[in-house]
Amino acid sequence: MKSVLWVVGIFAAAFVVMVAMAGWDRPPIDITQGGYRGLAMEHVVNPRREALVKAQNQLPEPFDPVEPGGPPATEIYTNIPVLADLSQEQFDRLMLGITQWVSPEQGCAYCHDEEKLEADTKYTKPVSARMLQMTAHINKEWKNHVGETGVTCYTCHRGKPVPDGIWFTDPGPPAAKGAAGNKFGHNVPTPDNGSTSLPYDPFTTFLKVDDKPIRIIPTKALPPTPGAGATIRHTEESYSLMMHISGALGVNCTYCHNSRSFFAWDQSTPQRTTAWHGINLVRELNTKFMEPLTSTFPANRLGPTGDVAKVSCATCHQGVAKPLYGAPMLAQYPELDAAK
Amino acid sequence: MALLNFERKYRVRGGTLIGGDLFDFWVGPFYVGFFGVTTVFFTALGTALIIWGAALGPTWNIWQISIAPPDLEYGLGMAPLREGGLWQIITFCALGAFVSWALRQVEISRKLGMGLHIPFAFSFAILAYFTLVVVRPVLLGAWGHGFPYGIFSHLDWVSNVGYQYLHFHYNPAHMLAITFFFTNALALALHGSVILSATNPGEGEVVKGAEHENTFFRDQVGYSIGTLGIHRLGVFLAVSAAFWSAVCIVLSGPFWTRGWPEWWNWWLYHPVWS
Repeated sequence: MKSVLWVVGIFAAAFVVMVAMAGWDRPPIDITQGGYRGLAMEHVVNPRREALVKAQNQLPEPFDPVEPGGPPATEIYTNIPVLADLSQEQFDRLMLGITQWVSPEQGCAYCHDEEKLEADTKYTKPVSARMLQMTAHINKEWKNHVGETGVTCYTCHRGKPVPDGIWFTDPGPPAAKGAAGNKFGHNVPTPDNGSTSLPYDPFTTFLKVDDKPIRIIPTKALPPTPGAGATIRHTEESYSLMMHISGALGVNCTYCHNSRSFFAWDQSTPQRTTAWHGINLVRELNTKFMEPLTSTFPANRLGPTGDVAKVSCATCHQGVAKPLYGAPMLAQYPELDAAK
Repeated sequence: MALLNFERKYRVRGGTLIGGDLFDFWVGPFYVGFFGVTTVFFTALGTALIIWGAALGPTWNIWQISIAPPDLEYGLGMAPLREGGLWQIITFCALGAFVSWALRQVEISRKLGMGLHIPFAFSFAILAYFTLVVVRPVLLGAWGHGFPYGIFSHLDWVSNVGYQYLHFHYNPAHMLAITFFFTNALALALHGSVILSATNPGEGEVVKGAEHENTFFRDQVGYSIGTLGIHRLGVFLAVSAAFWSAVCIVLSGPFWTRGWPEWWNWWLYHPVWS
């Protein structure tokens, strides 16, 4: 009897320790089926957490739309490298919008010299112009990722001059000198690697290059030549990037993949195709739009290794599978489609 | 040989839980009993339904036959037979057969005048299955959360459910369950090897007894748990493995919806160093 009590006591103690840890969920849970019955391709959501996320992903009140026509902005203003085909009314409306979305506290002066609005005295003005071109580029060239929903400044900025979910190359935590202090990019749990031991900077590896392969699963039983195929290191980097995507979109692996064959497109969900375009989109934004701006930014806006802020999946998605729950904000601001 | 040694003690009337003398007889070496009858009934019906389900399905390939649970949209109601209803009835048959078997073990234990250790241990295996196909689906609100009955298909289910929580090896209850399973295997290997060695001596040597076994392990690892103790340990390890298996899956979904690695953030945010 005494030993039985011991056993029960140990079980109970382990239970109490586990229950005491914060962060548990409870039924009812919302689960969406994404595959054939019994395959367990499912999206798992705690509706109470989801309500908090929803509250953080509301659109701001749109400004009253303006009629097209009227005097063009170019007649009124000078030094407008973008938005040149808008009317003055449309232009002003968009400026109000940008202020609300990007610098609601700092106001117009965040980008403009208030004495001389057209001057490029502040770095933020040329950066904004480039960002407007980027927005138009995404909406025009990347419909396979953003669809007809499109993106606006608000998709990323959410009322902040520097959006959440940007990244810099991570030099790693301070470490002892010598081999003992070298973590080889591993074993630092962060939100980006899903709190795992996987590499903590998948971004530098994958998101500022054009062509680094992400798929690591071999298509043959044995490597064709010794050393061919992905290494363990490469595999862990890919998994780290996948952890980032999972966290950035608030989804699990089975949202895109059937884990019986991660690489097989014919067993994956359509969302995987969208995500594939998304990865290529992020790569292009970082190499074509962000990195060329490095010298435009002041030093205090650059990362610890002197690199410019760059885009990840989280920059737009902010924890939601469709940014802002797919709210068609671009439709309220047709001016942004014309910024090219 | 050994079976007959205790047959006289085993083949006594009484000890039944239900039905009195009704099924209290043997067929050849097998005790029947009320729960033997129900075991056979549920097993035959369930197996027949699986074969029928296979006949309805696209393949007779033994690896690919699968009886899948209903779509989630049916919730906790009955689904049409061809769309998961079969799975529901087969699940009922399986539980009926497993529980019948455990109760038959109880009756045999009572006839032998021994404790209920065997049905106790077996009931943990039933608990794990019951948790998978009843408790967790009920907590999540749909029978469709049960696993499909097929050799490959149930593995796909296991894999996908694991990846729903990103990395299942970070599930603390899964860690415990795995540790108990492996330790159980190690204990069984140590125990089995010492018993086989002791009972199969070399040419011209006598069969060794408990003192030899104890001495071997005292020499090897500094400790011998003893002949009775190893069986207690075995039950504890096996039962714990099944118990924590049940816990690790019932937590995943009803009580934890995100990646399991995130559970360990309490360590990162421990007030002593964060």
